[in-house]
Amino acid sequence: MNDAFDIRNMESHIEVHKFRGGAIVGATLLALMFQAFVPVYFAKAAMIDLPLLITIYFGLSRRNPSSGLLLGMVIGLLQDSLSGPTVPLGLYGIAKTVIGYLASSIGARLDTEHPAARFALTIIFFGLHQGIVLLTRRILLAQSSVWFTMHLAAAAVVNAIVAVFLFALLDHLRKS
Amino acid sequence: MPGIPSRHKSIFLLTGVVLLQVLLLALQIKRDSEGRLIRVWTVGAFSPFERAGNHGIGHLRETWRHYFALQNTSRENEQLRRENDELKMQVNQLQSKAIEADRLALLLNFHKSHENVPMLGARVIATSAGTASATIMLDRGSKDHIKKNMGVITPEGVVGKVVEVYDNTSEVLLLTDKDSGVGAMLGNSRVQSPVGGAGEPLLVMKYVANDDTVNIGERVVTSGMDKIFPRDLPIGTITDIKAGNPFKSIRIRPSANLERLEEVIVLLTLQPLQMNQETETAKPSASLASKPTGETAKSPASGAATAKPAPATGSPAPVPTSDNAAAAVKPE
Repeated sequence: MNDAFDIRNMESHIEVHKFRGGAIVGATLLALMFQAFVPVYFAKAAMIDLPLLITIYFGLSRRNPSSGLLLGMVIGLLQDSLSGPTVPLGLYGIAKTVIGYLASSIGARLDTEHPAARFALTIIFFGLHQGIVLLTRRILLAQSSVWFTMHLAAAAVVNAIVAVFLFALLDHLRKS
Repeated sequence: MPGIPSRHKSIFLLTGVVLLQVLLLALQIKRDSEGRLIRVWTVGAFSPFERAGNHGIGHLRETWRHYFALQNTSRENEQLRRENDELKMQVNQLQSKAIEADRLALLLNFHKSHENVPMLGARVIATSAGTASATIMLDRGSKDHIKKNMGVITPEGVVGKVVEVYDNTSEVLLLTDKDSGVGAMLGNSRVQSPVGGAGEPLLVMKYVANDDTVNIGERVVTSGMDKIFPRDLPIGTITDIKAGNPFKSIRIRPSANLERLEEVIVLLTLQPLQMNQETETAKPSASLASKPTGETAKSPASGAATAKPAPATGSPAPVPTSDNAAAAVKPE
């Protein structure tokens, strides 16, 4: 009996969620709109990375690594496009592709419905996302950035708190 | 995918997609940062919603302000804010005149010609979608005669410059962006050095020698050497000075509130204005909000000749120096 067979048996009790038509596209577009629009009035809202949270949520829920990474790629590239000409296309694209893949892979192995699990996973994914963006900037773009600031730590916690409520809200978009 | 176990397909897909984007990045790094078609499409697709959202929110806010929340106080406050903006501008002008009497005549010439300098008010309808850049989106574009490299200001000070122009919108790179820069000088000593962004709320002035006297609280103004902004527009105030080798490390708080911009002024000209007697009698510029004619003389501001030259460094900070990009305007 090989390991893969065991894992598949373990995974069999984890439910793969389907969503109502247009839910993923709608949520993605709303998140991108929010990211570009709301900070005009509330500068602190820029701290929240809604496109990332959407990537994580649908990755964890759909539990299909291929669709998770493709959704992450699309969201990331759209975010790149809306971030001005100084941000090359692919900076967020790469980071969100990897996050989409990891979220889907973890979602297929663990039960990620509990708010505490979602809180912790969002903090981890936020950190990973920042790390990938930073690595890309350092290696590919030769731009220097600091690895850790208190602002980043605060942003991770804020995003995790928002994620708990946002994910609960997005759960209503699932097909019963 | 024959020969690949199905459970590994996603890993291959991940690798392929990431590599594809790395290639995309590499292609962009090699070329100059011209606007890509995907940007034009994406911005074109999103800007109507952003404009509509902005309009809707603006309408709601106006309704709330004027009909529900202290109607008179709100209007009075708005009026006072406008007057305050005008007074701030006047104070800045008077301070500059007092510091250097020689520049008085230049400023007077400047004021006289100011009425004819084309400017355009614009609303901020969106910001950068990520934290990797500091940009804002304006609700005016090429249809309103906005062009790349035009300067953007508020009554408080310099905001940034236009980096992308679309039909109905344009994108402004804020001073706080890492790639941003502006020709600047100290308000008192007139020592020149570019000021750039550092990806955080404070700006950085890098090329001031340790021997030069700099004080905390000193004003930093535009030098006009970047040929985008005229001289003596406020940039910010020095908040921190550290000795370095060979230059001081100076941090500046921007005069304009770059984190909360709602309305800005675009300097609708790409031609430098000479602030001397000869140009006073030169052809007048286009009228307010009209298409820039580019009739004014095309040479750097003459005041720069009297200023202390910037230290020679191998690689100066990224100050925009487009040949045709300049405007010597000071709004009131």
